[in-house]
Amino acid sequence: MAERLAVKKTYKLYVGGKFPRSESGRSYEVTDAKGTFLANAAWASRKDARDAVVAARKAVGGWSGATAYNRGQVLYRVAEVMEGRHSQFVDEVAAGEGLSRPKATAAVDEAIDRWVWYAGWSDKIAQVVGSSNPVAGPYFDFSVPEPTGVVAVLAPQQSSLLGLVSVLAPAIVGGNTVVLTASAERPLPAITLSEVLATSDVPGGVVNILTGPLGDTAPILAAHMDVNAVDLAGAAGDAEQARSLELAAADNLKRVVRAPEAEPDWIAEPGLDRIAAYLETKTVWHPVGI
Amino acid sequence: MTKFEYAPAPESRAIVDIKSSYGLFVNGEFVEPTDGSMFKSVNPATEEVLAEIASAGAEDVDKAVQAARRAYERTWSKLSGRDRGKYLFRIARIIQERARELAVLESIDNGKPIRESRDVDIPLVAAHFFYYAGWADKLGYAGAGPDPKPYGVAAQVIPWNFPLLMLSWKIAPALAAGNTVVLKPAETTPLTALLFAEICQQAGLPPGVVNIVTGAGDTGRALVEHPGVDKVAFTGSTEVGKQIARSVAGTAKKATLELGGKAANIVFDDAPIDQAVEGIVNGIFFNQGHVCCAGSRLLVQESVYDDVLARLKRRLGTLRVGDPLDKNTDIGAINSAEQLTRIRELSEVGEAEGAERWSPECELPERGFWFPPTVFTGVSQAHRIAREEIFGPVLSVLTFRTPAEAVEKANNTPFGLSAGVWTDKGSRILWMAQQLRAGVVWANTFNRFDPTSPFGGYKESGYGREGGRHGLLAYLKGEH
Repeated sequence: MAERLAVKKTYKLYVGGKFPRSESGRSYEVTDAKGTFLANAAWASRKDARDAVVAARKAVGGWSGATAYNRGQVLYRVAEVMEGRHSQFVDEVAAGEGLSRPKATAAVDEAIDRWVWYAGWSDKIAQVVGSSNPVAGPYFDFSVPEPTGVVAVLAPQQSSLLGLVSVLAPAIVGGNTVVLTASAERPLPAITLSEVLATSDVPGGVVNILTGPLGDTAPILAAHMDVNAVDLAGAAGDAEQARSLELAAADNLKRVVRAPEAEPDWIAEPGLDRIAAYLETKTVWHPVGI
Repeated sequence: MTKFEYAPAPESRAIVDIKSSYGLFVNGEFVEPTDGSMFKSVNPATEEVLAEIASAGAEDVDKAVQAARRAYERTWSKLSGRDRGKYLFRIARIIQERARELAVLESIDNGKPIRESRDVDIPLVAAHFFYYAGWADKLGYAGAGPDPKPYGVAAQVIPWNFPLLMLSWKIAPALAAGNTVVLKPAETTPLTALLFAEICQQAGLPPGVVNIVTGAGDTGRALVEHPGVDKVAFTGSTEVGKQIARSVAGTAKKATLELGGKAANIVFDDAPIDQAVEGIVNGIFFNQGHVCCAGSRLLVQESVYDDVLARLKRRLGTLRVGDPLDKNTDIGAINSAEQLTRIRELSEVGEAEGAERWSPECELPERGFWFPPTVFTGVSQAHRIAREEIFGPVLSVLTFRTPAEAVEKANNTPFGLSAGVWTDKGSRILWMAQQLRAGVVWANTFNRFDPTSPFGGYKESGYGREGGRHGLLAYLKGEH
């Protein structure tokens, strides 16, 4: 019997809850670690990056205004849908990162569990980083964390799912919306995650995923005046690129999560650094009296 | 109504001894600048030269950073948190003991009324040292993990509007967390920082833990860009803040920036109007309007606009402008000729763009730098006086009809430092506080500060917080 002819996949971007082609019409070939063709992915243009920021900005009000309980449930729902795609993620991580099946399985397990971990933070973070402040006077003075707005995330280049989840979830759990540039060479887990997001309860525009070379979209996002924060994880190991992105980010005083010298081991428990990086502290003074 | 006249009540300046010249404070001693260059600090109320101040060049800054590094490695990082705390408590006590001297010197050098330096600045300075003293042996509870670490050497650059208060905001948390510091005060107001250096000596603080380098922008730049610095803390203009963000790009330096503002002070029709008027006055005329969080954009609900404006103008007629050392003075001198020029220019732009300018009748002294309290009405959001930080006693008045419109106008700025809300309705206060994109929201009050209360901006008003546990975290490395 003749071997079945496989369906070759051509993917698109994920912007505003929809899957548009790149405005440029370009795509590029994604191969596995050995160079075998896997799929065609969209090659995002600078215009796509700007469109994604517009979509993310539109979604800020609804997402940041949702209750923390609701956001936690939505995030947990994402983990549930990810679980259903478990074996697909394992295939993609194994192929893209060149991992053995057990190692790829471990990475996917950890990625889903990490998503669940972050889901649980939605209604706890305010208690941990907020405060009531004992000022010397008749005032009730309290500080609450608030999302900073639109966060541009350059996803790690190496760790295509665990690294991706480790930078995406902390940005959205606090109520921010995200424009994410996926690993250029290993975009398939990010694309599959966008399919997960589209079929879970995450409102359109809360997460927008661009695929293609980092150098095309990252400078636009870092310099964009309507982006409030940027995570440079994807520029790990490229000090010159990281520096130029930090310089661009200074133009509107974006909050910057710096690129590490080398991509870290994402297995370690992340702590609150990344959630806190995209939260502003608002302090309210209210007089007390009768 | 007849106006109640006050007899002059000047504070004696005999309590403070101003030297004819000051060196740099490096490694626990006052030293001459390497190239011997000096500049003058003047009394803005009289234009009298107060003292010659050393201008630190790159070599001097390098010596100060090296002294801070040595002190960090050899003494300060080896000291227990308990002992660091005790040094800070000592400093706090000495500040309280010498409060009158510090207040007089602050008013002479800065131009702010003695009423404010005596009742606001100096008590808050002592309070900040007390507050952070108590943190020094409790760092594991701050929320940065069980064993957080200091950065090392902190470079701190502060502005001229609250010279000693900004010093305390910077130095107290830095030392509590275990860092050593090199601080550059503003070139127009270095005197209280230099008196603080003497207080460090008096407290027996180990040499090099606090270093003070005086000078202008070049000195600040040399300090911020020095490769031996681990942490940069800056309070000042957004423009310089952006330059600093660029200069630390690609380095390992951590930066916190407290920058400009253009705060909205929002008065609803159900607000207690007389209290709101006091709040408006305090919001923009406190410290001559030299306040980054000043309520420089007044948003009044249309239905009470006439009433609010009438009462505001009447109240402004009672403000006393003049000698900062007179205890009756409400509004002192503008800090420098340069700043006065900027305030004048922007006010002229306000008129040229069609806003209506008003000031109460007031006689200004002949010498010194003075600007009367000024109100612009008929201001639109496009006017420069509604968009740019003026940093002077100049208020722009706009109106709104609905809470949503108030939010829209209040947030229509690249800044996001502070805001005020005046209304009788608690639920509206909390709703407004949620909607406003600002780091500090004052409800039915304005310009309140406290060491336990985090302060800092959204958007282009900078990043990081000062005050409270949040302010301590800006000087600690570790997991949050």
